[in-house]
Amino acid sequence: MSALVFDHVTKSFPHHSGARLLRERITDLMHPSRAQRIGVLKDISFHVPSGDGLGLIGPNGAGKSTLLNLACGLSAPDSGRIEVHGRVAALLELGSGFHPDLTGAENVRINAAMVGLSRRQTADRFEEIVEFSGVRDFIDEPLRTYSSGMMMRLAFSVAVHVDPDVLVIDEVIGVGDQAFFAKCLERMHRFQAEGKTILLATHSADLMSRLCQHALWLDRGRVVTSGPVQAVLEAYKSSQTDSAAAAVVRA
Amino acid sequence: MPAPRKWGGDLPFLLENLILKDFRIRYRNMSLGILWSLINPIVMMGVLTFVFGYVLGNNSIPAYPLFILCGLIPYNFFAGAVLSGTTSIVENAGLVKRVIVPREVVPVASVLSNCVHLGIQFCLLVAIALFFRLPPTRFWLWLPVVWSLYMIFVFGLALGASAINVFIRDTRYVVESFNLVLFWLVPIFYTFPVKYGVVYDFNPVAALVMAMRNILIDHHAPAASLVRNMVIAATVTLTLGAWIFQRLKIHFYEHI
Repeated sequence: MSALVFDHVTKSFPHHSGARLLRERITDLMHPSRAQRIGVLKDISFHVPSGDGLGLIGPNGAGKSTLLNLACGLSAPDSGRIEVHGRVAALLELGSGFHPDLTGAENVRINAAMVGLSRRQTADRFEEIVEFSGVRDFIDEPLRTYSSGMMMRLAFSVAVHVDPDVLVIDEVIGVGDQAFFAKCLERMHRFQAEGKTILLATHSADLMSRLCQHALWLDRGRVVTSGPVQAVLEAYKSSQTDSAAAAVVRA
Repeated sequence: MPAPRKWGGDLPFLLENLILKDFRIRYRNMSLGILWSLINPIVMMGVLTFVFGYVLGNNSIPAYPLFILCGLIPYNFFAGAVLSGTTSIVENAGLVKRVIVPREVVPVASVLSNCVHLGIQFCLLVAIALFFRLPPTRFWLWLPVVWSLYMIFVFGLALGASAINVFIRDTRYVVESFNLVLFWLVPIFYTFPVKYGVVYDFNPVAALVMAMRNILIDHHAPAASLVRNMVIAATVTLTLGAWIFQRLKIHFYEHI
C-alpha cells in the first residue's frame, strides 16, 4: 500500500507574496497580465510505499521544501492530487512551533498537543521524550538558552514519539552531534521496520543512502530522475562534478 | 480543490496549551504579572468616575463606578480579543507555515486567551457590586447567556479579520482605529441615549453593556428585542467569519 501519493501535482506561487499596498492591488486589477505566478513544482508524480524512505535531492530552489510542505498539507497544490495515509509529523525548520520564552518542558507539551496527542498520551510519553532528547538537565530552562543542537534534539524527540505514520524531515537533522545522529538513525530504522514512511530532503548523500530506499532528483520544479537511492545519488553527483568542472573551465 | 487533511488530535487539550502559552509569554517577564489585568480597569473606572461623576457633575446615576465597570468590561474584552484575534495568524506565521495543525485554532485560542483577563475583571465586578450592596440575584443567570452570544460574535469577527489581515495587513490598523472610536460609541460612561438609538441598536457591544446594567444594577432581565439582536449578530458574524476563513485559509501559506 502507498503511504504517500503525488499525482500530477503542480504548484505555483503568486509573484509578489506577502503584504501589499493598496496602490499595487489597484495596478494589478487594471493590468491583470502582470500578476504572474512563479511555477515551483511542475507535474510531479510519485508514490511511496509504506515502510519506505524517499529522499529528495536537488540544488537550492529546486522545489524540495515546497514538495514537503504539500505533503504535510500546509499548502494546497494548484492542480493534481496528493494522498497521505495516516498521521504526519513534520520537522521542517529548526524550532518551528517552539517559543523561545517557554521552557523545554512547556514546549514539548505544546508541540505534542499540536501534533495531535491527547492529554493522557502526552503525560505518558513525556518522560520518554525528555529521555530520548538527552536535554533533561535543561528541560526547565527557557528555550532561548538552548543551542541549535539541543533544540533539534528536543524537536526530533517529540516528532518520533508522537507515533506518526509518515515522518517528513527537511534538512534540520544535520545540526545534531554524532551520538545523537546515531540514535536518530537507529530510531528511524526501527520506525521503517514498523511500516512507517519517511520523506526526507537533504544535501547529505550519506544520510540519504542510510535512510532512504528511493530518491527523487528535483531541478527547477521538475523530476530529473527517480529510482533506487544509489543510482539517483550517483547520477546527481556526476552532474554536479560536470557542472563544477564546466565552471572551472569557464574560469 | 483537495479535501483538507484530517487532523484528528485532542482539540480541548490543544486549545488549553495554546492559551497557557499566550498567558505565560505575556506574564513571565512581568513583576506584577496578572495584577495588570486588574490595574487597568480599576484606574479607568477611577478616572471616568472622577471626570464624568465629579468634574462634569453627572451624579444622577446610582452606583456610578459599577455602572462604568459594566461598560468597561465588555468593551475591554472586545477591544483586546478582536485585536489579538486579527493579528493572530500573521503573528503565528511559524506555526501556520510549519506545523500541521488546524488553522482555526489560532484565532480561537487567541480570543480565549483574553478570557483569562475577563475572568479576573469579573471578580472585580462582583466585588464592586457587593460594595454597592447589589448582591447576586436570579437575573445573574442571564449573564452566561448574553456573554455566550457575545463570545460567538467575537469569534466570528476574529476568524474573519485574522484571515483578511493575512492579505491586507492594514486590517490591524483599521481594527485599532475602530476600537478607539468604539470607546465613545459604546455607552460606557453615559446612559443609553434613546434619541440616537439607531447608532446603538445594531452594536452588540452596546447591547451587552445594556444587558449587564439591566442584570446587575436594575435587577431585571434584558429586553427580548435586545437578546434577539444579539442572537442575530452572533449567528451572522460567526457564519460570515467562518466562511471567510474557510475560503482564505488555503492561501495563507503563500502570503505569510
